[in-house]
Amino acid sequence: MESLTSPVAAATAEAPPAPDGPQAAARPRRSGPTVEVTGSPEANNREWVRWVRRVLALVVIVVGWQIGCSTGLIERHQMSSPATVVRTIWDMTRSGELPDAIGISLERAAKGFALGIVTGVVVAVIAGLWRAGEDLLDTPIQVLRTLPWLALIPLFIMWFGIGETPKILLIAIGVFFPIYLNVFAGIRNVDLRLVEAARTFGATRRQLIVDVVLPGAIPQFLVGLRLALSVSWLSLVIAETLNADSGIGYLMNRAREMLQTDVIVVCLVVYGALGLLFDVLVRLLERRSFRWRRGFTGN
Amino acid sequence: MATRLHRELADRTAGPDSLALQVRGLGRAFDGRSVLRGVDLDVRPGEFVALLGASGSGKTTLLRILGGLDIGFSGTIRVPTARSVVFQEPRLLPWKRVWKNVAFGLRDSDARAKARAALDEVGLRQHADVFPATLSGGESQRVALARALVRAPDLLLLDEPFASLDALTRIRMHALVAELWARHDPAVVLVTHDVDEAVLLADRAVVLIDGHLETEVDINLARPRHRGTPGFAAIRQLLLAHLGVDADHDSPPDPPGPPDPHQN
Ligand SMILES: Nc1ncnc2c1ncn2[C@@H]1O[C@H](COP(=O)(O)OP(=O)(O)OP(=O)(O)O)[C@@H](O)[C@H]1O
Ligand SMILES: [Mg+2]
Repeated sequence: MESLTSPVAAATAEAPPAPDGPQAAARPRRSGPTVEVTGSPEANNREWVRWVRRVLALVVIVVGWQIGCSTGLIERHQMSSPATVVRTIWDMTRSGELPDAIGISLERAAKGFALGIVTGVVVAVIAGLWRAGEDLLDTPIQVLRTLPWLALIPLFIMWFGIGETPKILLIAIGVFFPIYLNVFAGIRNVDLRLVEAARTFGATRRQLIVDVVLPGAIPQFLVGLRLALSVSWLSLVIAETLNADSGIGYLMNRAREMLQTDVIVVCLVVYGALGLLFDVLVRLLERRSFRWRRGFTGN
Repeated sequence: MATRLHRELADRTAGPDSLALQVRGLGRAFDGRSVLRGVDLDVRPGEFVALLGASGSGKTTLLRILGGLDIGFSGTIRVPTARSVVFQEPRLLPWKRVWKNVAFGLRDSDARAKARAALDEVGLRQHADVFPATLSGGESQRVALARALVRAPDLLLLDEPFASLDALTRIRMHALVAELWARHDPAVVLVTHDVDEAVLLADRAVVLIDGHLETEVDINLARPRHRGTPGFAAIRQLLLAHLGVDADHDSPPDPPGPPDPHQN
């Protein structure tokens, strides 16, 4: 990508030539304001600068938080200081409590996520590739979509009790919709001209799906994937906070009853950190699958 | 309709003196509005035919039917099974490397070698392993040409393949197409609204007016041709007149030097 910003941007307005000058006889030429742009060839190599800026923002927030706690500006029972949080993480890790909870929560999220993605992709491919599939599947899904999926919790508890099943299903349903909608739209947005060209060059039906339609839908799928990640995390928190005897949400609930602010903050930090980690993973995936694409990446 | 097309394909009798393309009484209407009616066209094997016509006259519609992309027509066509198309845009799959685009759909075991040979012919050997997004417009169109040629077509259908290219690149592409056509000897139908292009390349020009082929003009000029070839201007004027352009108001540009076929 070319750099459009420039360290030097000077605007100069040139005066029109004097009427009695050597060009007086020639047709008068207009000249508007001009701008001078200096190229910066290393503009693309400043990745580290951007990283420094990102880290700096985080550091400022944490330092401010610590100062607020140390000076008593923030009361201890309302919010624990970063130092306390780190100590609590250490203690809870040594006792094995935190790793166990994270493991259980991750397992739930992974199961629900996988279930939601597989069903979402399969249904979207069927509805996207075949008219009949669209007619039969898309309408009911569009109707169900308007229902806030978290409102299903009471029904799920009645059906499945309070074990793992309702939690995983809740996550899966939350994940299903963004995946389905995006993959379906992605398939339908594949350039018809490419499909047509592939047909004239003797593509088999399988090739048409695998080499033309599905790759064309991947960008949209990844958008859905990122949405689905935040949705699955959200459903996990809700499911675990409502009823659970293990996992991060359970730790948090118990801490609330015992007024352990630091444990609550630790759980929040863990939720946040894992959410961030997943987002980074999806971005990496995006970058890998998009080596063929040249898109706008911002200034 | 599909069955009729396929039967025609199956019926094709190959032979040196059979036609590469036969169109009889072809008609096509969109929503009751007839775009083509009573189109007849014969193309001999190895013949280069230019299809001229105003914008919206149905050139692309005719070519799509010949390419098997549209079966909603009336009448009959007889086309070779081995035919390929170069569209107005390159239509490369952005997620496949250049050579894979060229080899796409080939069933041969040596598809890769064939694709590389074809890329060599259009002067893009060193671009075989890049993604299409990194190619220039002219390079992309040459890849599209390689993809069409690698199938060894008996009939090559070109739909304004150079319309989006700059004038210099277009001159080089003309030379390239003339050279490849001479070497591979397919029958060619070239859709264009550039009269010069038609006179430079084709054996015969047909003009599509009001949904059918009004005029045929044989172009018996020596090859390789350039704008200064004797007879060039006369044929050009004739075609322009058929297209309804007042030739006096459209004087030919200064004849540039003969296009160099080895330039790349
Ligand atoms: N799928 C379609 N549905 C409806 N009308 C169509 C369709 N395809 C083409 N047409 C109409 O048929 C007419 C001929 O179109 P076509 O694309 O063949 O023109 P053309 O000669 O190739 O023009 P150009 O030189 O601008 O490419 C146009 O009026 C167009 O609107
Ligand atoms: Mg057209």
